[in-house]
Amino acid sequence: MLFETERLTYSYDRIAALADLSLAIAEGSRVALVGANGSGKSTLLRILDGLYFGQAGTVRFHGDELTEARFADDAFAFSFRRQVGLVFQNPDVQLFNPTVFDEVAFGPLQLGWSKSEVRERVSETLERFGIAHLADRVPHRLSGGEKKRVALASVLVLDPAVLLLDEPTAALDPRSQSQVIDLLVEWGGGAKSVITATHNLADLEDIADRCLVLDGGHVVADGAPAEILRDRDLLERTNLVHAHRHRHRSGELHSHPHVHSGDPEPGG
Amino acid sequence: MEGLHEGLALALDAENSASAGGLLQQLDARVKVVGLFSLVLAAALAKRLWVIVAIFALACLLAALSRVSFRVLATRVWIGALAFTGAIAVPALFLTPGVALYRVPALHWTITAQGFATASYLMLRVETAATLALLIEFTTPWMHVLKALRVLRVPVVLVAILGMASRYILLLLETAHEMFESRKSRAVGALAGATRRRMAVASAGVLLSRTLELSGDVYLAMQARGFRGEVHLLDDFAMKRSDWLALAGFAALAAAGVWAGR
Repeated sequence: MLFETERLTYSYDRIAALADLSLAIAEGSRVALVGANGSGKSTLLRILDGLYFGQAGTVRFHGDELTEARFADDAFAFSFRRQVGLVFQNPDVQLFNPTVFDEVAFGPLQLGWSKSEVRERVSETLERFGIAHLADRVPHRLSGGEKKRVALASVLVLDPAVLLLDEPTAALDPRSQSQVIDLLVEWGGGAKSVITATHNLADLEDIADRCLVLDGGHVVADGAPAEILRDRDLLERTNLVHAHRHRHRSGELHSHPHVHSGDPEPGG
Repeated sequence: MEGLHEGLALALDAENSASAGGLLQQLDARVKVVGLFSLVLAAALAKRLWVIVAIFALACLLAALSRVSFRVLATRVWIGALAFTGAIAVPALFLTPGVALYRVPALHWTITAQGFATASYLMLRVETAATLALLIEFTTPWMHVLKALRVLRVPVVLVAILGMASRYILLLLETAHEMFESRKSRAVGALAGATRRRMAVASAGVLLSRTLELSGDVYLAMQARGFRGEVHLLDDFAMKRSDWLALAGFAALAAAGVWAGR
């Protein structure tokens, strides 16, 4: 198993973000963590990346328990960071270097790559993400879409075997959203493990073949994206769809569940 | 609002100026850190006013040769340092016992020669040290300063704290700027002074907590990409002939300053 959590609990000042969460994620799978705001998705990603540690329960990566003591060991920490990459929801927190080139080079340099290899790989990555023209710009002064692409490039340059994504298309215009999704679909190539936290149901089938629905720190549903998208009761209960209200020509006020995906909607 | 704009402008000015092609920009970051710090030390140890004035003049010359404008130095350093130090130095003018130099007519307060000397030393030392420190910031990319500190054996923890502090300050300014803009968009007309002060105090706690949270996330994002406290950069530090010459020049000037000012 790639990741296994057992009775994992995490709270912020007595407010539970994850409660007794047990799940297993297989190597090579593309998993979507779906849930409304505050459902525990971001917390779970940070725990899977060894940035937070649960107050109770265990998390294992390839059978190794992820604990603070384990990360104090440089050899383990470097090995883990080489394999697992996390893209944060807010790209601003990921951009702290003086230029875009330095930003993308930051990770490989920390992990001890040779400087010639870093230069070559960073140039390739910037070309691939269509941001080579931004190489000398100051990252925190870019547009939202550009920042997101730089943030993605700064993690994908490491070519991690496991990619954790926190709302990769949040706050992006439609064109930037589709560019980001295309990049991720192209990058995954089937051999990588990708775990994406999202509440954007429209992209679900493109980015995942398994979907876990989180609500109040628990997994309340686990299945294929199409199966989850068909379960309107579940989606309404977990605040993933809202009732769309409109008035017909006859004057009758009518409402039905509304989901922003390519799925045909019931009623109407 | 204007203060926040100025703070952001200062941070961005420093980034632009550090990549300009002046004298100090061409030197190795380690030479600048050691050289300029040794001049600060010489100014701090000097017991003769003309030596401090000479070091201050040297700092101004270095600024001119490094394309750091005097307008920037005046607005960003000299006026601020003068105001802060003045608050401490002005009472010394009147309170230090000694030979009367001037009597303020209406207040009947006496400025003493000793008080004037004490205030002058304090203000000149602060202005000189602040100018030299700003020259490092304005002529060296921040990450290079951090790497130079590590090369000079400054502990990892301190360098990591400095690195985070710079990002924290920038985030604090950006967040504050957004908060005040959002408030301005919802307010009509000018608010009374007392109301403005009350709102500023109420915002301060929220602002600090939001920035702290963001800053924590920045640190996590650095850790997530393998950061363990050590700074690794693409640029190698390599001492050229000009760097050795500059280092020797700084060492000679600082030694001369310490000797002449003893």
